[in-house]
Parts: sequence; structure tokens; C-alpha cells
Amino acid sequence: MPLVLCRVDDRLIHGQVVIGWGRPLAARRILLVDDEVAANPWEQDLYRMAVPDDVAIVVANSADASTAVAGWQAEPVRSILLTGSIETLVALYAADPVAVHRINLGGIHHRPGRSERLPYIYLSPAEYDALLDLEAQGADVTAQDVPSASPVGLRALA
Amino acid sequence: MSDTLRGVVVCHGTVAAALVHATEQISGLSGHLVPVSNTGCDRESLEARIEEAVAGQPAVVFVDMASGSCLIATLRRLRERPDVAVVTGVNLAMLVDFVFHLSLPPAAAAEHAATSGGKAIRQP
Repeated sequence: MPLVLCRVDDRLIHGQVVIGWGRPLAARRILLVDDEVAANPWEQDLYRMAVPDDVAIVVANSADASTAVAGWQAEPVRSILLTGSIETLVALYAADPVAVHRINLGGIHHRPGRSERLPYIYLSPAEYDALLDLEAQGADVTAQDVPSASPVGLRALA
Repeated sequence: MSDTLRGVVVCHGTVAAALVHATEQISGLSGHLVPVSNTGCDRESLEARIEEAVAGQPAVVFVDMASGSCLIATLRRLRERPDVAVVTGVNLAMLVDFVFHLSLPPAAAAEHAATSGGKAIRQP
């Protein structure tokens, strides 16, 4: 299972991802899918500073990632797939519903149009419906910021 | 808040508020440091908090970790500001030094504070 975590977190690479999840999952690669970061080498360097030397980072835009996700799953590297966008997650799931089967909502913060579902999860009605649709297609969607917390099912976020 | 150099402390959780409070208790000087927490923020909203705290003034931004969301937000929003310097690994000694050197230019104040903060890390 090379993809050991598929996470939506709008802070992208930060302590909860690198330390909170990366260590217990023994992840050796973070696959960061973000159009803005993918277009900005300076910002990529900044995110590389945030991970230990023995953890690789691959940065891809959403289109390239949708093409690459099956290959990532086939590679024998324990990897965290990370995006800040539910829209991107939906595209990744469509590209490979097996690899992106279990979806972790780790941090989606307040923006206009979103309402609080958990202290670290805010969703608009459209975003919630999109996640419900993924669940209807077979995805396992839970909210869980850190491994020590209990996962919260999608229905409890209604 | 005076018109002298401003210090902005950006940390996870409530660390920044505690550091600012302790610095004011030790130094007897208040109003020179602004705490910023990353709690409840995505990247954009944290950047907005930091920018609001800097308030367009010359400043030194003290960040808790040398990587992660606080540093990334700070650099994304302020890296092109020549009158803003950034120091990571903030500690109490660093902030106490800073509030006594508010007349320095930002880069010099940052270097002075970083030196003091580094000297405070020992294994006695």
C-alpha cells in the first residue's frame, strides 16, 4: 500500500502531516498536489525545508497528478498524498478510485460560504455534497486531524 | 503601539501570546510585540493575520519553527518587503533582547536578537 494516507489539508505540508502522520506511518514520500505550488519553484523549496532529509517530496499540479496517481500507487514507497482542495481530491479519486479509496479530511479552514463541521473542518454545502458523492461511489471519508484523535465519519459532519 | 520597530511573533497555538506576555513581564516594556497564532487558519488567512500585525511598518517577524505553516505564511506574504526581517526558533531571550533594540534597522535588530537567543541555548 504505497499510498498510506490521502489527505485534504489546506495548510499543505506542516507539522501535523510531517510529524503527526509521517512518523507513525513511516512515510518516505509526500506527494503534494497543488497548482499554485507546482508553478512556483521558490515555494517548492520552502516546503522541502519542512521535511526531514529522508522524506522525499514530489510536487505536481492537479492535472499531472491525476495522470500519475496510479503510478505512485504502484511504486514501493510509502507515500502521503496531500492536497488542499476538495476539488482536486475529487479529480484524484476519479483518476484512481482504488488508490484514493480512504480519504482523510485533516484541515479545511474557514472561508466565506463554509460552515464549521469540526474545529478544523469547515465545508460549504457544495463541498459536503461532493464528499457525499465520493462516499456513494465507495470512498471511505473521515475527518481526523492527528492519529491520536478519533476519526469522525462524513455523516457526522452534516 | 509606538512608531518604532515592531515585533511580530508567529507561533502554533497559544505560544506567541505566552511569549509576548512573558517578555512584557520581564522587560517592563509593553506594546512592541504583536502575537499571531496559526490556530484556525488556512494559508491565506494566516498570511492575512501576519500582514495585519505588521501593519505596513518596519518589523522583525519571529517564527517558532524553521519550517512549517507559520514560516511559510510569513515568507509568502513578506519576503519582498525590504523593511521586514525574519528570525526562526523564537525564544524568550530573543524577544527580551529585541524590545531593548527597537531603534535598530530591522535586519540589525533581527541579527542582534538571534544572537542573544542562540546564546540562551545551553546545556548547563
